[in-house]
Amino acid sequence: MSAASPTPSSAAARPRRALAPGLGRALKPIAEARGFARGMLWSGAILTGVFVFMGIFAPWLSPYRYDQYQLKGAAFPQLAPPSALHIFGTNVQSTDVLAQIIWGAQTELEVVALALIFALTIGVPLGLIAGYFGGIFDRILVLIMDAMYAIPPLLLALVIAFLLGSSITSGIVVAACAITIVYVPQYFRVLRNHVTSVREEPYVEAARAIGAGPFTILRKYIFFNVIQTIPVLATLNAADAILTLTGLGFLGYGVQPTQGAEWGYDVSRAVGDAASGIWWTTLFPGLAIVLLVTGLTLLGEGLNETINPVLRQRATTHMNMDEEDPA
Amino acid sequence: MAASGSSLKSYLLVRIAMVIPTILILLTLVFLLMRVAPGNPVTAALGGHAPPAVIKELTHQLGYDRPLYQQFGLYVWHILHGNFGTTITDKRQVTEIILQNGAATLELTVAAMIVALLVGVPIGLLAGRFRDRPVDAVTRLFGVVMYAMPVFVLGLLAQILFGSILNWLPISGQASPLTTALMTTHTNILLMDAVIDGNWPAFWDVFDHLILPATTLGLVFAGVFIRLVRVNVIRTLKDDYIEAARARGIRERAVVYRHAFRNALVPVITVIGLEVALLMGGAVLTETTFNWPGIGHALYIYLENRDYAAVQGIVIVFGLVVVASSLVVDFISALIDPRMRYK
Repeated sequence: MSAASPTPSSAAARPRRALAPGLGRALKPIAEARGFARGMLWSGAILTGVFVFMGIFAPWLSPYRYDQYQLKGAAFPQLAPPSALHIFGTNVQSTDVLAQIIWGAQTELEVVALALIFALTIGVPLGLIAGYFGGIFDRILVLIMDAMYAIPPLLLALVIAFLLGSSITSGIVVAACAITIVYVPQYFRVLRNHVTSVREEPYVEAARAIGAGPFTILRKYIFFNVIQTIPVLATLNAADAILTLTGLGFLGYGVQPTQGAEWGYDVSRAVGDAASGIWWTTLFPGLAIVLLVTGLTLLGEGLNETINPVLRQRATTHMNMDEEDPA
Repeated sequence: MAASGSSLKSYLLVRIAMVIPTILILLTLVFLLMRVAPGNPVTAALGGHAPPAVIKELTHQLGYDRPLYQQFGLYVWHILHGNFGTTITDKRQVTEIILQNGAATLELTVAAMIVALLVGVPIGLLAGRFRDRPVDAVTRLFGVVMYAMPVFVLGLLAQILFGSILNWLPISGQASPLTTALMTTHTNILLMDAVIDGNWPAFWDVFDHLILPATTLGLVFAGVFIRLVRVNVIRTLKDDYIEAARARGIRERAVVYRHAFRNALVPVITVIGLEVALLMGGAVLTETTFNWPGIGHALYIYLENRDYAAVQGIVIVFGLVVVASSLVVDFISALIDPRMRYK
């Protein structure tokens, strides 16, 4: 690799440029979104927003706690159909199905947010470094990540959760770690390939010519160019992560029932109810999963069609060339 | 173009050579995962009640007291000889599990793939042909909802509707107990066994049991095909040769059906291979939902019994199947599409 010496101090000393114009420019395509993309973006944002709201305000919104099976000494009925007292009915453990769903939103979002943070902090730097420096480090990482692709995602998460379950007590952390391992290769691969293609661009060459060190180039020139694909990928991965998490929960390896409500676990407890035609214990948690995953998917796809210039459809009648502001 | 035959051959050879490190790393990853985990696998499998002497004896017998590098060497050596280990809890060969339970998984996944193609491809073609029209909007929404639907939720809802409310179809297992008892085993694939024996009542019983799990798993995967085929139709309809066909005065219907659709379907083959990994994850959930005696169900039970050796063997087999299917897919697409070979 090039022998330019890194100069982190000089780069760090310079004040960061105002974020606002950059943010405005980044958000511009969203404001300009039209047609189907706009519809997807908004319906996705609203659906996701509802669940985020539910998750944050669960203690105030929910009629009962997720593990509550009695009220003032009177036990809840087991597997009671929807009624005024329990709008979505109760399940086999005599807990309120609606409470499970509202508190479940909290669990799902906590796990996915944690997993996203973990996966980004591992995947992004690895991808940047491997892509920029190449060499043996890159080769080995690519091989490892490719081998990880060979294990079906749910299975990988399942094995990780199974192995960590005995040593980490917090089910939320266990589930987040399991999901992290599944998604790290994706961030790594996308970023690495992007960096490899950007590495030889003239502007990077120019930065190298004026004596910028590799880490300065990575941080100031490459990072913001390649990071634009991340929001779309992260949103779509979040949708997928919910499915993985509920799959884990269904198999009994996600968040344990004493630690929080989890939709996949709820459905697993409803397997025995299906034969007797009890539908509310499956339908409502199932609907919650479908709606949240749909919301995140629509949001991600909408973002993709808005940000990705190949797919972008703008209003064709609205072509003001002079509108381009020089910010 | 004169060297196209040899370039295909060299492409295939390179592709095979690339698989070897992948498999080695896969084996190492799985080994490390299972060994780094705290606790003795034998203690985990036997539970806390086994006397220490028994645990010590079995640990020694299974080689868990040797140095790690020796264990690793032995493990790779065994796998090279087709020995994926023996389960700790019930002393079954992993290869035996694969042969017996694998047949049920194969039956389920192949049937599911057929359902996925039958549903996904026509709908995808339709949506791509009528892009941004109501039919497209509805199908895309259907595709998104199907993607968002966990296979176990769809399976349970189907069980409730078709099994317990309408009482049309069986909701659990691969066949009725009576059928299983009366059948002779040839291939472990029950549908084929019934055909070989000409046992039609058994065939229909097995078929009835297959409908709900296969449709459930298939519908979830249909979503993937809908999205893929739709995008491909849109892309091919923009291609130059479509424009050329139109310019030659070929009717629009013929352009769409003969030229665009056919080319839009080529990538489907590639995706079938890529979906194998997802399909297997889905099979674990489907098998658990429908009490289907496949490998996924076996894995679920061995996980519950904390049998590390069984989990390790089954995960490796899953990984190898995924690697093999991506290899096969690359071969097929290299045969179909010469551009692939020069990448």
